[in-house]
Amino acid sequence: MSPESGGRRISARSQIVLFCGLVVLWCLLWGQFTVLSVVSGVVLAVVISLLFYLPAIDLSGRINIWHTAVFLVRLLVDIARASLDVAWLVIDPRYKPSSAILAIALDTRSDLIMTWTAEAISLVPGSIVVDVDRQESVLYVHVINVADDDGLEDFRASVFATEKRLVMAIGSVDDVWRVNQPNELTRSVRRGRN
Amino acid sequence: MHIAIIVAGVLFGTGAVAALYRVIRGPSLLDRVIASDVFVVTIMCVLAAEMAFNSHTETLPVLLVLGAFAFVGSVSFARFMAKQDQT
Amino acid sequence: MISDDIREIITVVLVLVSALMCFAAGVGLMRFPDVLSRLHAATKPQILGLMAIAAAVAVNNATIATFALLTAIIIFQALTAPITAHMVGRAAYRSDHLRRDLLIRDELSDSVDRAEQDGAPPAPHGTPPAPRDDRPSG
Repeated sequence: MSPESGGRRISARSQIVLFCGLVVLWCLLWGQFTVLSVVSGVVLAVVISLLFYLPAIDLSGRINIWHTAVFLVRLLVDIARASLDVAWLVIDPRYKPSSAILAIALDTRSDLIMTWTAEAISLVPGSIVVDVDRQESVLYVHVINVADDDGLEDFRASVFATEKRLVMAIGSVDDVWRVNQPNELTRSVRRGRN
Repeated sequence: MHIAIIVAGVLFGTGAVAALYRVIRGPSLLDRVIASDVFVVTIMCVLAAEMAFNSHTETLPVLLVLGAFAFVGSVSFARFMAKQDQT
Repeated sequence: MISDDIREIITVVLVLVSALMCFAAGVGLMRFPDVLSRLHAATKPQILGLMAIAAAVAVNNATIATFALLTAIIIFQALTAPITAHMVGRAAYRSDHLRRDLLIRDELSDSVDRAEQDGAPPAPHGTPPAPRDDRPSG
């Protein structure tokens, strides 16, 4: 696939966090947090991370509980609202299909934030990530039911807002600085670099 | 309560039949993949609705397995399509 | 604890929401014109429908084991549904299963065109080569 960007090194802390995530998932599957399920979860997590080795992802090591909560609640609200929108669209007899594919250049340089942003906007009905350009952090998003350019720019702004909430929640300090700059500035800087 | 169950049943049934229609008629393979995905999710929702109405949790693992199957099936078909496209 | 009546009402409302989502997804599959639009219709019951129905189950059977398993199901579904949608959407775009006349703007084809002009054919599996100059037609 794409060439490696960033270092191979991964901090021990993010590895431990991911490992614990696996164990917790295992316990959730069993629906109990007993000694047996935790121990078997640890054993399985070791086996899985040895057998199915994946490219290391680097957590930023920074997490803001308040912004994470804001992000999750806002995601839920978005999902509910957009679901009703699309449901109405389905029933609406006057619906005229008109959609678009937008190239949206994100501010972040982190694979993790890019993945989560893509997940979040795909989770919300009405928008799907069709393709990704990893080097340039560009998401190609298919949007349904946009009639004119205003709608497109509104949607673009909403994706940037999602990215910003996510970066405020778990992004690195560098990314936080980046999303707080005016969008045009950071994006043109990155374009010039190439 | 009974009325609600009947209404929910009709809605679920119509959704499932519409998805099946798309599976049978779908002009392309991808339409069928999407429709079968919707069909599986509808089955998951029906199973869960039955659990909610009868206050038991026996079919919860079935939901998990159905979700896993739907995911693996769709992704493998999508990959197959991408390969086919290449040649 | 909440009384049985209230619990029943909550259950009915949540189940009806989920049923409505499944119904809308089915009708959307029938009505929408191309693969990508149908994908939008399909993601609805996968997320909101399942969350509503999971809440209904949890309301009726409030034990830790149920909560845990339902959380696992929802996390799993929330992680995999976008992946499915993305894989299918990408395959649809690459195999031309979409109606371009319905798109009011297509910035992906702009960048693919530009990449082809640069001499490099678009990679069939990886991402298309990066656009070199300014943001496409934006």
